[in-house]
Amino acid sequence: MAQVIIRSLNKRFDEVHAVKDVNLDIRDKEFVVLVGPSGCGKTTTLRMVAGLESITSGRILIDDRVINNLPPMDRDIAMVFQNYALYPHMSVYDNMAFGLRMRKFDRDDIARRVQEAAEILGIHELLRRKPRQLSGGQRQRVALGRAIVRHPQVFLFDEPLSNLDANCASRCAWSSKNSTTGSARPQSMSRTTRSRR
Amino acid sequence: MIEGASWRRWVFFYIPLTAFIVALLFPFYWMLVTTVRPDGELYRPWNAPNYTPFWTMHPTLEHIKDLLTETLFGTWMFNTMVISIAATAISLFCGLLAGYALSRLKFPFAGSLGTMIFITYLVPQTLLFIPLADIIRNFRLGDSPWALILTYPTFLIPFCTWLMMGYFKSIPKELEECARIDGATRWRAMVYIIFPIAVPGILSAGIFAFTLSWNEFIYALVFLSSPDQKTVPVGVTSELVRGDVFYWGELMAGALLGSIPVAFVYSFFVEHYVASLTGSVKG
Repeated sequence: MAQVIIRSLNKRFDEVHAVKDVNLDIRDKEFVVLVGPSGCGKTTTLRMVAGLESITSGRILIDDRVINNLPPMDRDIAMVFQNYALYPHMSVYDNMAFGLRMRKFDRDDIARRVQEAAEILGIHELLRRKPRQLSGGQRQRVALGRAIVRHPQVFLFDEPLSNLDANCASRCAWSSKNSTTGSARPQSMSRTTRSRR
Repeated sequence: MIEGASWRRWVFFYIPLTAFIVALLFPFYWMLVTTVRPDGELYRPWNAPNYTPFWTMHPTLEHIKDLLTETLFGTWMFNTMVISIAATAISLFCGLLAGYALSRLKFPFAGSLGTMIFITYLVPQTLLFIPLADIIRNFRLGDSPWALILTYPTFLIPFCTWLMMGYFKSIPKELEECARIDGATRWRAMVYIIFPIAVPGILSAGIFAFTLSWNEFIYALVFLSSPDQKTVPVGVTSELVRGDVFYWGELMAGALLGSIPVAFVYSFFVEHYVASLTGSVKG
């Protein structure tokens, strides 16, 4: 079960209380969107779940396991950043394969997973390109593909549509939801946004 | 480009540009002309009727031949190359790791430490060579390449660290965070993600370190004494200036040939060098 439980989560940056007593239960396969104005703590909450920010107080559990002190690589989480954070010196294929290589996956297994994800997202023709040769929508799909190939328990999306135009954002929002719900593995998804789309 | 009348372009662009280029390149031209000018013309008085300071009608390669056969110039070039490459490698290695730590890691007094490292760069070499000479003597490293290989990093590492700090700060931290979520340790994220992106900055720091090492004079003069251990700057000036006799032809030939490796390095990497100074990485 990929259940995410957040209990009494707090984050302070010196005098600023950025996240105040957040409690949240995300069930397996549930798609949750955190909506709020800028500066309300959405990204900070997401970053604490990912392990990129330390927790001032509170607990985060994934599948009944407290992950407060686990490094990001051990949380079985994939994250798509607002600016996609694609590795500029690597091709699309290498961007998607990077996480699997770090986890010592077999080369054939890596190729199969990357091809599968590329087919789902319609980017199989872009695998040899570098990120600078892609449009915004294509980059977003590559970032999504990089998350999908790992088959993580939890997906985190930090304002992934904010850099896209309305039409592209709508298509990408649809494809991101549907491309991950086809997985056989227990998964949960959490997304932050300032807008209602 | 200057818009408007043609005279404005000449007055505000072409003439100043020409003057700047002439002033910049004239020393190299003078070096070249002196290298190929025969001795008879070199030592001709300025008020002689056939005095032609800016060109020669009888170029010769005698000075270059004498430099290569009568002196240990080949050995000096080899020594300078080995010392510069080794000192650059050590400084780049330390500067990369220190620059990454100071710009990416959060630990107490990181800012103060970075400032202190930079301040050490401001201490003049003409002051530092005195205590360093004592250390070199105690460790019996005098008159050997190791005296320079181990002392040059004292001013190269602070410079490389400072340069790399600025460059690493321009690389979005999301790239590294994404790598860590993908399963990379901090070391792997640094090696596989940050360093490849920072190659222009690394090349820039390397070029600077190489140039500073190649042209360094005071430490090489103080720590090296045997002719076969000297570097090009020290060898050329100490062996080709005997008392009050200046062998100008050989001196200029040594300066010309000694500047070729640095010009070679710059010409290959100048695009990366300029990019690292003027641009920034966009995620």
